[in-house]
Amino acid sequence: MDQPLRIVIAKPGLDGHDRGAKVVARALRDAGHEVIYTGLRRTPEQIIETVRDEDAILLGLSSLSGAHGHLFPRICETLREHNMGDVIVFGGGIIPEDDRSPLFEAGVRAIFGPGTTSEEMVEFIATAVQRDDAGVGHGAGWYWNPSA
Amino acid sequence: MMLALVMAQDGTGIHPHEGETLDDRINAAKVGDRRALARLLSSIENGEIRFFDSLNESPDWSILALTGPPGVGKSCLLDRLLHEWVDHGLRIAVLAVDPSSPRSGGALLGDRVRMSVVDDEAKKNSVYVRSVATRKTSGSVPLVVRDMACCLLEVGWDKVVIETVGAGQSEVRCAAVADRIVLVEGPARGDGVQAEKAGLLELADAVIVNKSDLDGAQRHANELRESLHLGSDEAPEVLLVSALHGTGVAEASSMLLSLKQSVRAGRARWRERLLSHHERLLLEHPEFDSILSKIEEGLMSFEDAYNQLRNQNE
Repeated sequence: MDQPLRIVIAKPGLDGHDRGAKVVARALRDAGHEVIYTGLRRTPEQIIETVRDEDAILLGLSSLSGAHGHLFPRICETLREHNMGDVIVFGGGIIPEDDRSPLFEAGVRAIFGPGTTSEEMVEFIATAVQRDDAGVGHGAGWYWNPSA
Repeated sequence: MMLALVMAQDGTGIHPHEGETLDDRINAAKVGDRRALARLLSSIENGEIRFFDSLNESPDWSILALTGPPGVGKSCLLDRLLHEWVDHGLRIAVLAVDPSSPRSGGALLGDRVRMSVVDDEAKKNSVYVRSVATRKTSGSVPLVVRDMACCLLEVGWDKVVIETVGAGQSEVRCAAVADRIVLVEGPARGDGVQAEKAGLLELADAVIVNKSDLDGAQRHANELRESLHLGSDEAPEVLLVSALHGTGVAEASSMLLSLKQSVRAGRARWRERLLSHHERLLLEHPEFDSILSKIEEGLMSFEDAYNQLRNQNE
């Protein structure tokens, strides 16, 4: 049997709403993955240290505060600086359509809005880990076309 | 501690790295490369490599198990203890075990949320926290955690603390992986008769009653002391702490550092280690999943299945 994937689900910045992050963590658990939840209000550095120490291959970022445009690229950049370019980054929360392309440019591989099914997220993960260009180190490039 | 490292057959990790040998990874982990360390531990967890250790002959412990029922505050207490131990100049690694779903095989690993010490700029370099899922094993600690702990000691961590899954009365498997067992209890955990029951309490080298700020904690501690003293002259110490407020934590941290192994647990320890090892051999059988499916579908008798799993490993 394949080993479970280790995935960090993180709440960056000053955002106290984590129902969505917990639902995602639970869905990924039920899909057979090992999910490490960081808790609220993490700095980009704390999140990256968690990914590093826990040897996670995927990092899911949840933001409902509007600060995604600053925080997500910063996290992608810090991962690259720390030689962790093989980590696959995806995001979710309240992220307007117009804000998404800069995030994809920064190396985020999927943005999931409200209404996304857990099946779709699981499918994204299965697809992303099969690709050799999904790591954040590859910068802009392939990204998932979400249905919601 | 003497260690030998063995490569298993071709492992298929999820992080293939060109040109990186196992020695490179160990050496990198020794000089403080956390990523290399984390990957080394994954390789052990995934069965790609295996650490063998000999017995810890030193009077001081290297691996301590913190166990107890769910919700008594193991993670919160451990966070407090880590702050104290790091102040003492120790470098400590934590393996925090949470259960895997028996249905999906997935796990939600949440112990890290309570570890404020990893966010402390002055202390975080002296602490390493790694969440571990039980995966297919039964019980509160998979045996592979011992290999991971030995690896951490080998690359230079002073001590390893294993935080088990929230454990019930008869859950004594942690004896297989640790030099010392510390049982964490909470207040109002039943009447005096509960303290008389057999099980985990008999193997503990120390007992800590957490949430001393709540009603019933003092009484529960008294009942535990009474019960333990009835059984033996060498009763383990029972301490009262409040991890929330920090009361009693300094005393507990220094008591635990010099904790001696209770003589009562020797045989039980080896028994648990043998049982864990047996379980691990069965689980590592390459045909384990397919044999399980065959039983489920009625294509194989239980007895044949067991014999096949067992014989391959002899």
